[in-house]
Amino acid sequence: MYGLFLRHFYLITRSFPRILDLIYWPSIQITLWGFISNFFASHTTYYNNAVGVILTCAILYDFLFRTSIGFNMLFLEEIWSRNFTNLFIAPMKISEILTSLIFTALVRALIGLIPAVLLTSPLFGISILELGIYLFFLFLSLYIFGITLGILVSAGLLRFGPSFENIAWSTMFLLAPFGCIYYPIEILPEIFQKIAYMLPLVYIFEEARNILINNTVDISNLIEAYLLNMVYIIISITLFFYSFNKAREKGTLINIGE
Amino acid sequence: MKTLVEVQNLKKNYGDKQAVKSISFKINENEILGLLGPNGSGKTTTIGMMLGLLKPTSGEILIEGDKIEEDRIKILQKINFISPYIELPKKLTVKQNLIVFGKLYKIKNLNNRIDYLTSKLRLSDILNRITGELSSGQKNRASLAKSLINDPKVLLLDEPTASLDPEIGDFIRSFLEDYKKEKKISILLASHNMNEVTRLCKSILMMKDGIIVDSGSPADLIEKHGRKNLEEVFLKLSRKPNEHN
Repeated sequence: MYGLFLRHFYLITRSFPRILDLIYWPSIQITLWGFISNFFASHTTYYNNAVGVILTCAILYDFLFRTSIGFNMLFLEEIWSRNFTNLFIAPMKISEILTSLIFTALVRALIGLIPAVLLTSPLFGISILELGIYLFFLFLSLYIFGITLGILVSAGLLRFGPSFENIAWSTMFLLAPFGCIYYPIEILPEIFQKIAYMLPLVYIFEEARNILINNTVDISNLIEAYLLNMVYIIISITLFFYSFNKAREKGTLINIGE
Repeated sequence: MKTLVEVQNLKKNYGDKQAVKSISFKINENEILGLLGPNGSGKTTTIGMMLGLLKPTSGEILIEGDKIEEDRIKILQKINFISPYIELPKKLTVKQNLIVFGKLYKIKNLNNRIDYLTSKLRLSDILNRITGELSSGQKNRASLAKSLINDPKVLLLDEPTASLDPEIGDFIRSFLEDYKKEKKISILLASHNMNEVTRLCKSILMMKDGIIVDSGSPADLIEKHGRKNLEEVFLKLSRKPNEHN
């Protein structure tokens, strides 16, 4: 596991553009949403008492996005560098490969997150730390869901090969409208609300807004998010193992790296 | 002589297509077995099954008595593979790559192992260079070092000298001969270079359309088919319609 982490650690630390890329997009995202939220705060009543709501949600969403894309990138790096076969003929259990990628994805996401969080205070006078201890639980929940999406997409890559790559980039954009990241769920049409309630994102972002706007904590939102996360991560891991076995049957593993 | 690899009635179907049709063979320790055949004859599929990348439809592969389908991790610890179609991560230095794979294979005394392979494969000058910037000969030697990092008992080689200049090709062949003698390992060599196969292999399997159509030593096959060299034997067998079809 350490070996696989080291492979990606070397890759990141060797290349300044890669580090810059990890930091650049979250920082740009946060700056952009910071100005938008400043505008909304002065022009709407909903956000009157919580200037940082949109910005906080942007940071949370970006962390989710980076975690999910980061996990997929680790997998895609192996395909692009034609190292995929080397990885799967190394004496590693599939669970060890997954564990290593899950940990490495966290490190990648944190490299992007920390500068973005630090930017919010001097630029907009807002600290995401206002969410208190619950911030940790929100981040953890988002991390689990991000990893879940990453594992699902990687399962698709294993099963269908590099042609599944485009899905890797589009997953987060597809789910974003249902996640109710920047608006309350009531905004969605009823049928979309039903879909949204099946995702942990709604509960996470509703709770973030609840804490910031109402200064109260509704534990049931967090519990709901974690329960859904557990269901989805079990499904994704099961699907990953199933895809691995299918790839061994269909020959995808031997062709994917060539 | 001890048998390290035993393949028994190995079959692989992709839907209705039979890629490998019940093949059996053995490789002893300190032996290089050549695996020849035209493209699509089932060589890569056979190697894929031996590496655990493909699930056989039926049949068994035993490495030192352990079955790949039952003891995949244990077997992967003692085999390795090199092919021009797979590469080491390009952005890492040669040394970083060897460290990464050494960790993946949980090698004890990794620095000693890297030093040994570095000196044997003349890697000292390129050890700290980025792998993607190396010449094909240098990349090939780096990949060979990776494939030996775990001191494998069984080495699977797919076109190990493809696209190399004659001098480097000769160096690799000499290295493999010496290494096999020193470590008494088993090597399965899939190659289209008939001179290489004639030089390195004590025995050969000729595959076509998923079956072994002939086998024997290079000299025996040349004599049996009344040809001048192995290339002519290869052409004769490749063009001959299969009796099984």
